[in-house]
Amino acid sequence: MLDDFYIRAMLAGVLVAILAAPFGCFVVWRRMAYFGDTMAHSALLGITVALLLDIHVNIGIFVIAVVTALSMVVLQKRSDLSNDTLLGILSHSSLALGLLAVGLMSGNNVDVLSYLFGDVLSVGQQDVIIIAITTLIALALLILIWKPLLASTVNEELAVAEGSKPQHVQLIYLLLLAAVIAVTVRIIGVLLITALLVIPAATARRFATSPEGMALLASVTGVIAVIAGLAASLQWDTAAGPSIAVAALAMFLLSSVLPRR
Amino acid sequence: MNSNPANEKLIDVVDLSVQRGSNTLIHNVSLSVSRGEIVTLVGPNGSGKSTTIKAILGILKPNSGSVSSLDRLAIGYVPQKLEINWTMPLTVYRFMRLTQKHDDATIAAALATTGVDGLQKREMAALSGGEFQRVLIARAIASKPDLLVLDEPVQGVDFNAELEIYQLIARLREELNCGVLLVSHDLHIVMAETDTVICLNGHVCCSGTPQVVTNSPAFMDLFGARGSEALAVYRHHHDHSHGPDGEVIHHHEH
Repeated sequence: MLDDFYIRAMLAGVLVAILAAPFGCFVVWRRMAYFGDTMAHSALLGITVALLLDIHVNIGIFVIAVVTALSMVVLQKRSDLSNDTLLGILSHSSLALGLLAVGLMSGNNVDVLSYLFGDVLSVGQQDVIIIAITTLIALALLILIWKPLLASTVNEELAVAEGSKPQHVQLIYLLLLAAVIAVTVRIIGVLLITALLVIPAATARRFATSPEGMALLASVTGVIAVIAGLAASLQWDTAAGPSIAVAALAMFLLSSVLPRR
Repeated sequence: MNSNPANEKLIDVVDLSVQRGSNTLIHNVSLSVSRGEIVTLVGPNGSGKSTTIKAILGILKPNSGSVSSLDRLAIGYVPQKLEINWTMPLTVYRFMRLTQKHDDATIAAALATTGVDGLQKREMAALSGGEFQRVLIARAIASKPDLLVLDEPVQGVDFNAELEIYQLIARLREELNCGVLLVSHDLHIVMAETDTVICLNGHVCCSGTPQVVTNSPAFMDLFGARGSEALAVYRHHHDHSHGPDGEVIHHHEH
């Protein structure tokens, strides 16, 4: 079954959509859409680092995304600049550095566009297995930290006063988000990852009555967007990543004219 | 619950100081709260009221000083500003159970105590200011705390509800047999129910029973000149200056 490139693409896309949605809910709840974007933008640099060091691309992306996220956390504590300015600096400088590095490595036949906008149709058997394992582990760990992470998302000071240590679960969340980004780049591309994180979550909000319900509904929305986007991409020979993002947008627009419940 | 002897000391704060960079936020603040006692922190904006509370609760790390509390002291906390991001669908019921597994009866009882039973299915983001504060207080009392810490509990609440919430706090002290540490701007309202007033301005300017404090020169300088009706928006008249490190420089002119 995994022989067919189309089936592999669908499978990888659906898994990534299921994985990204609950993480995307926390991105929305914690108001860190731009933070997620910054981590995603650093992925291009991660790819070049991986190619230079001859390690797996996913590991390169993961490591650089973690470094970016941690530097952001440190900068937020130390700097006099506002968060959005810091994110703007980090986001675009890491993207620019990544583009430069990719350009310098032209001998490697690196297809920049496939990383910027995704290349889901080239997903191999091994990729599908990596995505499936990452999805299982990341979701299991997220469920494990769900309660304290949710409490610290509602109000960090309240959580601290009641004896929990939000820094630990927040760190785990950032590490997992980096892993999500690492496996998602291939599907939808560096520039559009945030769409798969944020748009399904935003679509689910109006119809959800609990945080868990919102995460589930966002997963369903993401899966439909991926299937519709990939089908459209094959039908009209459009780029897969943007097609998925546009499908997600269409669902968001549709949902905002639907009555609640 | 343990034996709950009356008047046992719940927390004892000695010489607490918090610095941020070169700023001294609070300097050598000492206070204690006993069971059944209401201690109210008053002082101008930026006088370190919230900082003191946060340092006591462990949200901020103090630079020096100590906070000792009763063994296994249960604290209920109502923070100053709590904005629920509307993007999270969170019902009142769920909010009550966010960190603790209260059963339905406990939740209903706590909400009934603060006068908002029946709101369980409403979303937090859809509550009015008064309802929201009552839910916050209900959440704080649901675990039967020994000490109730409230940081400006009437923010965003209209005037009539303000008075009711203060009366509720006084009642809770009786019902729960707990101590109360309260931060308030509304000096004129809280005075009646308060056992101990602590005037804070980076350091403890004066403290004692409302009668003693209102007659003290430091308090007169802090609040007296403007008259009681102006207390909500009082200005702070210094009887002393603060050195760059927060140390007190007396003028000795009164």
